[in-house]
Amino acid sequence: MLITENILLALAGLKSNIMRSLLTMLGIIIGIASVIAIMTVGNSITVMVNTQMQEMGANNLTVGVSAKSTSEESTTSGLHFGAGNRREMDTEDYLTDEMLDSFLQEYGDNIKYTLLSSSVGSGTAMDGDLYAYVNITGYNEDYMDYTDLTLLAGRSFIEKDYENAQKVCIVSDYFVNNMFDGDTSAALGSSIEVNVSGKYYTYYIVGVYEYENDSYSSSSTEDTTTDLYIPYDTARAQLHTENDGYESITLVTTIDTDSEAFADTVENYFNVKYYSNNEDYEVTVTSMASMIESMTTMISTIELALAIIAGISLVVGGIGVMNIMLVSITERTKEIGTRKALGATNGSIRLQFITESVVICIMGGFIGIILGIVLGAVAATYMGYSASVSVVAIVVAVAFSMGIGVFFGYYPANKAAKLNPIDALRYE
Amino acid sequence: MAEELMLDLRNIHKSFFIGTPNEFEVLHGINFTVNKGEFVSIVGQSGSGKSTLMNIIGALDRPTEGEYTLDGVDIEKAKDHELSALRNKKIGFVFQTYNLIARTNALKNVELPMMYAGMSRGERTDRARMLLEQVGMKDRMHHNPDELSGGQKQRVAIARAMANDPAIILADEPTGALDSATGRLIMDIFHKLHEEQGKTIVLITHSPELSQETERIITLKDGTIMGETAGNWPAIKAKEGM
Ligand SMILES: Nc1ncnc2c1ncn2[C@@H]1O[C@H](COP(=O)(O)OP(=O)(O)O)[C@@H](O)[C@H]1O
Ligand SMILES: [Mg+2]
Repeated sequence: MLITENILLALAGLKSNIMRSLLTMLGIIIGIASVIAIMTVGNSITVMVNTQMQEMGANNLTVGVSAKSTSEESTTSGLHFGAGNRREMDTEDYLTDEMLDSFLQEYGDNIKYTLLSSSVGSGTAMDGDLYAYVNITGYNEDYMDYTDLTLLAGRSFIEKDYENAQKVCIVSDYFVNNMFDGDTSAALGSSIEVNVSGKYYTYYIVGVYEYENDSYSSSSTEDTTTDLYIPYDTARAQLHTENDGYESITLVTTIDTDSEAFADTVENYFNVKYYSNNEDYEVTVTSMASMIESMTTMISTIELALAIIAGISLVVGGIGVMNIMLVSITERTKEIGTRKALGATNGSIRLQFITESVVICIMGGFIGIILGIVLGAVAATYMGYSASVSVVAIVVAVAFSMGIGVFFGYYPANKAAKLNPIDALRYE
Repeated sequence: MAEELMLDLRNIHKSFFIGTPNEFEVLHGINFTVNKGEFVSIVGQSGSGKSTLMNIIGALDRPTEGEYTLDGVDIEKAKDHELSALRNKKIGFVFQTYNLIARTNALKNVELPMMYAGMSRGERTDRARMLLEQVGMKDRMHHNPDELSGGQKQRVAIARAMANDPAIILADEPTGALDSATGRLIMDIFHKLHEEQGKTIVLITHSPELSQETERIITLKDGTIMGETAGNWPAIKAKEGM
């Protein structure tokens, strides 16, 4: 009952001197706003990175060949990174089909797809006045299954396409619109010529897929580049790399496989069996899950560090509140004496002033939260992330500003409570 | 009929700056009693120790020496929080400088002692309205102190003193800051409370003229009681036919 009275009293006090109240709250407002803004930006980045990486596949393992870190290198100096006097990576160091086959024989049950792709490059398909921008990439059979294109017409690649490195391709409906005026049946079976930085590649269209127009490239429809799918072996043949090994392979594990633990198994398998005699190179396996995790940890660490720095301004704000509370109590000494004469106990005087300080801090906290969300959202949007507010940060901010109110309000309030009624009444 | 004691002060001393070279005694052994329902005045020149005495009577301060009983309660033995409760329930203060709480309207000011007494909101608002009506301040109850005249403020202060129906009203120079016409009005209110509600009232004043309006006059000089005389109130009352 006294609490509500005291809150109303504190609010009336704040209202009666709005300028001073705002100045008192300023430190809290700035402190809370910066913490919230930082948390909002950090949260937005985390959410964005997470979803993007999740989209890339949380079950993905990247098996890559990388330089061995020798003990000599790590002790000599920290200044020269990588292979200073090491030989360049050679085709001998690459992963081979044999390695992959023997691996799959052993661990095939854990692997859903083995993704292989080879980029031919970006170019322009031309036919008279008509043109379309494409991105030519060769994909293996697993990759095509994994991608799961929505075919509008025609077919996907068949075994023979891969085996014989047929010059066939699957194009987007967008491509068909540009090159064939939307006539799909005319497109199927037609040959197209693509200029990739001066080199011409010719393919026969066997299928048309539905191009999913995502928000990022929707702005200029004229220049949209769509993917042009060709068989993996075709790409390798055209690039004359059919006998090279693989510098890196992406494996998609089955849902039941713990991809982080499995990453170690894979790494071990290749290194023990094939790379123990290789002095300079080894296989490193990174799981997308562990990358997401370390990325998230990194972002939250930076975020926390920044938030703590911003939090220091909260302490400054709290001291500001304490200062004003002390001034206010001196100004109101006679009022305190009168209240005591009317029967107020020390406890109720203390409660009155702590409530006042908490109300100031919470008001400042609310203004700070709103300001912080706006600032954070603007900053996140400006940086190209979709803003997502951290609910935890808001709860913590409210609790924190309340805590500051109690902490920095206690000393002045206690001082007021302990005033001798006579001295307070006689105060001029 | 045996009169019941409201106040009983025996050999009250009060010193300030105790234990310092500046130590000095303001009250030098005060003895007097006040009966229930009495209207008593304490009169003396400025600096004679009247306010110091009132602070002791009002349980705002403790005597350095002596015994003091208020409505049967031994003040010497009471703890601080018990004194708070005592001031809240048994004493109604009226100050020379009104001491209304700033930025708080008349109604809320009158409600304050009832709030500290733990009375429910509805109950205390009703009572505060009633009390303000008694002192003729009903139409001003939503005004803040800075919107009221001195006399109006003092009337609100009297209503506030009456909030918890106290055993005794202590008024320290209540008309000291008012012109004579307004002072008259305030005195009339005290008489009304005394006559109609039988309130015990102790009026502290430097004016011998004003003290004549009470039933008994206690004269204070330099911290010592010089004597007690009967006041003129019974005669005035008879003349005015109250
Ligand atoms: N709290 C105090 N501290 C020090 N001296 C005081 C205090 N209260 C009163 N005095 C002194 O006591 C004397 C009597 O004061 P007071 O009781 O206020 O007189 P009155 O009300 O009759 O004018 C004065 O000399 C005053 O300075
Ligand atoms: Mg005085």
